[in-house]
Amino acid sequence: MTRTRSEPLREKPAAETPVFELIDVEKTFQVPKPGRRFSRETVGLKALDGVRLRINDGASLALVGESGSGKSTLLRVLLGLDAPTDGRANYRGRPISDVRSKGTEFARDVALVYQDARGSLDPRMTVGALIAEPLRHFGIVSRDEEPARVAQLLDRVGLPVDTAQRYPSGLSGGQVRRVAIARALASEPSVLVADEAVSGLDVSTQAQLLTLLRGLQQDMGLTLVFITHDLGVASYLCEKIAIMYLGRIVETGATNDVLAAPAHPYSAALRAAAPRFFEPLPEPLPGEIPSPLDLPKGCRFSTRCPAVKGDCRTRDPYLAQHGAGRSVACLHPLSEGEGLPLVSDADMSSTAVAADIQNQTDTPLSRD
Amino acid sequence: MTGTPTLNAAPQPLLIVDDLSVHRGAAKILDRVKLTVEKGETLALVGESGAGKSTIATALMGLLSGAKVEGHAELEGTGDLLSLPSKQLVKLRGQRISMIFQDAGAALNPAYTVGRQLISALRRNLGLSRRDARERAVDLFSSVGINDAEARLSAFPHQLSGGMQQRVMVAIALACNPDLLLADEPTSALDVTIQAQIVRLILSQTRARGASCIFVLHDLALASQSCDRIVVLYAGQVVECGPARDVLERHRHPYTRQLKSCVLEIGRQDLEAPEGTVPSHDSMPPGCRFATRCPRALPRCANEMPPLTPASNDRDGASDHAFACWNPE
Repeated sequence: MTRTRSEPLREKPAAETPVFELIDVEKTFQVPKPGRRFSRETVGLKALDGVRLRINDGASLALVGESGSGKSTLLRVLLGLDAPTDGRANYRGRPISDVRSKGTEFARDVALVYQDARGSLDPRMTVGALIAEPLRHFGIVSRDEEPARVAQLLDRVGLPVDTAQRYPSGLSGGQVRRVAIARALASEPSVLVADEAVSGLDVSTQAQLLTLLRGLQQDMGLTLVFITHDLGVASYLCEKIAIMYLGRIVETGATNDVLAAPAHPYSAALRAAAPRFFEPLPEPLPGEIPSPLDLPKGCRFSTRCPAVKGDCRTRDPYLAQHGAGRSVACLHPLSEGEGLPLVSDADMSSTAVAADIQNQTDTPLSRD
Repeated sequence: MTGTPTLNAAPQPLLIVDDLSVHRGAAKILDRVKLTVEKGETLALVGESGAGKSTIATALMGLLSGAKVEGHAELEGTGDLLSLPSKQLVKLRGQRISMIFQDAGAALNPAYTVGRQLISALRRNLGLSRRDARERAVDLFSSVGINDAEARLSAFPHQLSGGMQQRVMVAIALACNPDLLLADEPTSALDVTIQAQIVRLILSQTRARGASCIFVLHDLALASQSCDRIVVLYAGQVVECGPARDVLERHRHPYTRQLKSCVLEIGRQDLEAPEGTVPSHDSMPPGCRFATRCPRALPRCANEMPPLTPASNDRDGASDHAFACWNPE
């Protein structure tokens, strides 16, 4: 890639217009009333509820959360595939729906790498044709220059040039993801949105793709929005992190700060659940994510929160400033160094938990 | 595992797999795999896709179709699993060995309630009456952490979340107190907080029953947290095996190092991506299968297959740590 737009953009002060700005975005889907599948009555399902997010030029943001947390809906709102039912979603200061309806600039500038990379590639087109398609669609290069640019893009994502003659079916999972990345880069975007781009891959293939993505982000000054459920991936690739739970961002800030000292009990629980060499298995969070059709009263994490207090079940916390560059939606955020009371019995240390597993008799472990 | 002497006269292992090979056409998917499972222990099979982890588990269950299986798998008190007539194998499944699959949603029958699937397993294997089986099913559901067990018996699989489906699978797999549980990546399709629940559930339930467990995993860190011993597989062969700490902290095989170095722990910034990919099954090199990607490869490695060699650990000598490498670390 020859563009050098990155440098001047990244130098600008933080007060500039952000690439994406979401202000109290709400997205409600109308779904059939539960239990009444054949009636026409519908109820509103709030997939996103009061989401505030600011993504600056050249920033890298990891969106983290479990299934049902609203990551994919947020992604659809960012790409303008779904309009928010309330609140504002802006792209460089203008509503996303506006910029999308006026010309192809938005589609060219914001590229997506799909979760199912293989499914996103037409199996009857060669890799070369697949990568040339956006080049031609957006008129990036003349037809004569196409093969050279395709070769350049393939090289950029670490694939041999003769891959252009092959079909997606003949490529491995890692190679297919590289093709999807090359195709996304073809339109010379400034924003790359990747939905679980490295999940389901072997660790060595994952490592190869992660080093590639990090290199691309640094060399081209791309703004990166990366959806992942792996905190290790988030901390490697992204400077900022937004942790979602049930349609809301519960904590956001610099990835290292948030993961070093999570302020929201849910972030702390995610942090604790990530496997670590030879640490005793952590006490898992009880229960599962509640249905968005039946939101808990008060704080939506209160049903699973190990640090729940009385007012959590009545008052709904909003995302509020918590230290420099960080925000958290919690009435009683954890202070630095204060671990999560992971076990309800106060005297149960982590070693006792390990012993607890060893000595389990027939009692169930989880308390949900 | 190999001929290493053990200090205390160990009791007979539950399962001894010897020279297990699986061919599918010209491709050799597994190549002379040896492993031992002691009573009550948890053994991790780790490696990347194509390493043969799941093939080992399915071969032990006798569920591999269209493949040629060679070798022996002696299950204590039963004989060679691989040469048992299918009638006897059917009796063993559920009663002595059972399996939990990666995708519980696909493993459960969508047309029957989960209760019916569990009760039929109980009645068939234990010969319980309908009423006794139902009582037992309720107990089992509560013991795997399913709330409101009685009502959940009449749920269809699609009405349950992924985590709940996997709990049902655990209940069915453990219904008849098997001696060996094979868990094939039981948590890779689940969210992290649910994953932690299911791993703890499987460990606590197998330990409570004194059963052994073979955990197929791709996450080395998770293996270190949950398993006593680890077998590292590469392209259908065992490259290193032994107690978890020996394999992960005193590894001798360069592939084990590479696999470990790719684990992204939180906060790590110094990721170094390995070169190349696993060779395909129909073009395996004659020598060490890792040689083409190995930073320590010698000329010999390309042509001669290294045998599984005991690692002379300076500790107590009781370890059965072994590796297959000509130029070990």
